[in-house]
Amino acid sequence: MIYDVIIIGGGPAGLAAACAASEAGAKQILILERDMELGGILNQCIHNGFGLHYFKEELTGPEYAGRFEEMLARTNVEVRTDTMVTALEPEKRVHSMSTDGYHVDEGRTVILAMGCRERPRGAIGIPGTRPAGILTAGAAQRYINIEGFSVGRRIVILGSGDIGLIMARRLKLTGADVLACVEIMPHSSGLKRNIVQCLDDVDIPLLLSHTVTDIQGKDRVSGVTVAAVDANRRPVPGTEKHFDCDTLLLSVGLIPENELTRAAGIEIDQRTNGPVVYENMETTLPGVFACGNVVQVHDLVDFVTIESQKAGRSAALWQGGEVPAAPTVIEAGEHVTYTVPQRLRSRDEKVEISFRTDQVFGSSRIVVEDAAGNTVAHFARPYMTPGEMEHITLPPKLLAKADGGLLRVRVEETV
Amino acid sequence: MTILTCIRCPRGCQLQVDSDLNVQGAGCPQGISYAREEMTHPERTVTATVRLESSTLRRLPVKTREPVPKDKVPAVISALQRVHVKAPVRMGDVVLKDAADTGVDVVATRSVR
Amino acid sequence: MYDVAIIGGGIVGCAAAERLSQYKVNIAVIDRASDVADGTTKANSGIVHAGYDAPAGSLMARLNLEGSRLMEEECSRLDVPLKKTGSFVLAFTPEDEDHLKLLLKRGKENGVLGLEILSGDEVRRREPALSGEVRAALWAPSAAVVDPFQLCAAYAEVAAENGTDFLLEQEVQRLTWTDDHWVIDTDRGPVEAAYVVNAAGVHADEIQAMAGKREFAIQPVRGEYYLMDKTLGDLVSSVIFQCPGPLGKGVLVAPTVHGNLLIGPNAEPVADRDDTETTLDGQDYVRRTAARSVPDINYREAIRNFAGVRANSGSGDFIIGMSESAPQFLNLAGIGSPGLSSSPAIARMAVEILRKDGLTLVPRDKAATSRCVVRVRDLPPERRQEVIAENPLYGRVICRCETVTEGEIVDAMHSKLVPHTVDGVKKRCGTGMGRCQGGFCQPRILNLLSRELDLKPEEVRQDNAGSEILKGELP
Repeated sequence: MIYDVIIIGGGPAGLAAACAASEAGAKQILILERDMELGGILNQCIHNGFGLHYFKEELTGPEYAGRFEEMLARTNVEVRTDTMVTALEPEKRVHSMSTDGYHVDEGRTVILAMGCRERPRGAIGIPGTRPAGILTAGAAQRYINIEGFSVGRRIVILGSGDIGLIMARRLKLTGADVLACVEIMPHSSGLKRNIVQCLDDVDIPLLLSHTVTDIQGKDRVSGVTVAAVDANRRPVPGTEKHFDCDTLLLSVGLIPENELTRAAGIEIDQRTNGPVVYENMETTLPGVFACGNVVQVHDLVDFVTIESQKAGRSAALWQGGEVPAAPTVIEAGEHVTYTVPQRLRSRDEKVEISFRTDQVFGSSRIVVEDAAGNTVAHFARPYMTPGEMEHITLPPKLLAKADGGLLRVRVEETV
Repeated sequence: MTILTCIRCPRGCQLQVDSDLNVQGAGCPQGISYAREEMTHPERTVTATVRLESSTLRRLPVKTREPVPKDKVPAVISALQRVHVKAPVRMGDVVLKDAADTGVDVVATRSVR
Repeated sequence: MYDVAIIGGGIVGCAAAERLSQYKVNIAVIDRASDVADGTTKANSGIVHAGYDAPAGSLMARLNLEGSRLMEEECSRLDVPLKKTGSFVLAFTPEDEDHLKLLLKRGKENGVLGLEILSGDEVRRREPALSGEVRAALWAPSAAVVDPFQLCAAYAEVAAENGTDFLLEQEVQRLTWTDDHWVIDTDRGPVEAAYVVNAAGVHADEIQAMAGKREFAIQPVRGEYYLMDKTLGDLVSSVIFQCPGPLGKGVLVAPTVHGNLLIGPNAEPVADRDDTETTLDGQDYVRRTAARSVPDINYREAIRNFAGVRANSGSGDFIIGMSESAPQFLNLAGIGSPGLSSSPAIARMAVEILRKDGLTLVPRDKAATSRCVVRVRDLPPERRQEVIAENPLYGRVICRCETVTEGEIVDAMHSKLVPHTVDGVKKRCGTGMGRCQGGFCQPRILNLLSRELDLKPEEVRQDNAGSEILKGELP
């Protein structure tokens, strides 16, 4: 049997893609999920704040996943949990392993929804010893929320990404001392609401433009050294502060999980670490789509859902076809670090573009221009920060205005 | 004048609130109501886990069905430390009634067979 | 009473134990750590050197050559990953080129086969990532990369299968010669043995001094490394050395046997022999120096920094032989680089020295000589299907980065030398060695350790005593 759609990953992206594909008419849909249950990381995200955009109400992670699992239960999507995908062939044969054996399933289309992983200590090269008590925020979240164990008594958090902030409050509420949240950048990479509710609310200091320069302790962390950094993010001698702590939590970034993607020969965008996608979320391998954190690291699951529904619909409606010879290229211009999609197949329908800025902006505008530098559209923004993804929508009417095969997105301050 | 960051949506508007509860900087009416609430009676939804007896999971995630006064959060957390739940449980089931005299129930946020 | 007590469960001690265990000899391996391979063995370059570095006539030259010749067969009988890569020593200056000629001469004297000096262009044709500054290089086809943890654990498992006792978490405090044997006092009580083999690595001089006179001094030299993601695993296909300096073989860039890229080490004398801290300066030095060989290395792909301390001897050669100041006491000391490469040969030499000294060596009946493990990731699909049918746990992936299954981990936990810790599982199965560094699998491995070894989750340790990962159950 050839599946209409095989979805790799049953987290929020895979769930939304499956429901949308089913709704759009795909008949044989298969989800392959490596964990024992669907829902992915949402299962351990017991805090609320999910769903404000999509459901217009505030849900916890398990509730958000639960909504989609209920929707899924009303479809005939086939789900295999406890199943690890080990390879994707360019011919859209998906290899997987489970306690039932080794499987090869063929899909007319495939959706990549593997999500992302956390960067470990080695990715940022913190010097010092290598004792127990250094863990990523996500691992700590699993230990605390799923396993029900404490990970430490006195804790320093490096990185102010959302998971780090959420864990700061969670640790504090489970009785640990959270001594500081340390951020190397001059601004937090987390959502505003999380800084307010997770740090300010529970009196945890946020040290911006600081980093951990040394870890001490032989068997268990006994302390860390924190120092201010200069504009090049190098520690400034003389600014060192010592913290007596038994745990260092790392929330230093997420990396899309694209080993399967790379091995299948799909083009990867060096900026996002995710596959290059067209406006229908199709990758450079025709019939293979991608959505969610495997494409770009999102800060809100709601946008993962919206992006994944698009991928699910596109897969269901896929008519075959090749990579376009001359696609419209979307270029990340000034102050824009990347865009998704990176390319357009057609300009016949409205296009949603998401991106991030490279710095905090007050009153500013997003400008979309064509190859000749003519403005195609512009969007005013009262506030933008790299920590929050921006979204713009371009209708076909505006797209038609663009000369040449290029759209450039840039940001400028308005006075 | 108090400066607040609105948390009603991810935009995070910077709000300026004066002593007469006049609010500036709100991008939408939500910001105004947030600022007034935050100045007069701040509330938070509490999320936590409680002990669970089941064959698959050790902890059950829960939340207060509605926000509780911010200063009651620690009391709700300690009340939850005494709660034990046995599977099966369904999302939305009440695991603790009237948590810490707030009048708010705590409910399961997932189902466990 | 043991016939032989080996102090030190690193690669040297475990290789010697495995060789000796082929005979009817009662053996104990004593180590202060909670597992074998916990010192220099767990933090080195993992290279099987070809054998051109040491001057002819030295122990190093002889044992390196013999060891590297044995290594392929050792790894095959012990089921340990080894990859023949060959190695280059790069020359950037005319002086370096002279040094290559010296190495070539030494190599030929030592009996290394296949050595040749290649032009810069030829080297870059074979290794396109190398710098344009490379003028020439010495090619040694026999160099290889190996997994030192698994090799050490495999030696230990075979020795254990043949009855060797592993007395772990016992720190030797005093050695007393009593009538005709040694009493080895550890912090857990006395161990008696006719012979002591000193394989205590960076602490070997201290152990020797407990038994007799201080006959030598170990010069601990720390080396720091970068381990890179598999996306850089094919940046080079062979081991890339620079010309060696007085403290070591210099900064290398090498593929690992698991498909990662390894960069390092620097060489820094340290006062504290157990000081395996990494430092900002050390990391900077490694990056700067490696850039001379391979200019474009994307350090955003780094997944781990680590450091190890080499047990260099003052003499510049291994110190192998019966002690001059203590009876029935064999030193296997000063085993700096190329210690891993030499270990199979050191073990054989140790057995012969003990035999000559009077230890009776009668071959053990039905001695275990090999070991076999299932590594699902290395199996083709049909074989995977077969092993999963035999044991469904081979189908459940626990470490997603390295594709290690629950079946493999459970096998290790029921081997002859049981790993009780997360790092112990890592050394045997490769879990947590990949790009997420255990972020995903550590909680799962902790649960497996708890389940299989009947430990409470909060008792599970990363490594040695005091390295418990969790701090107790939440209320």
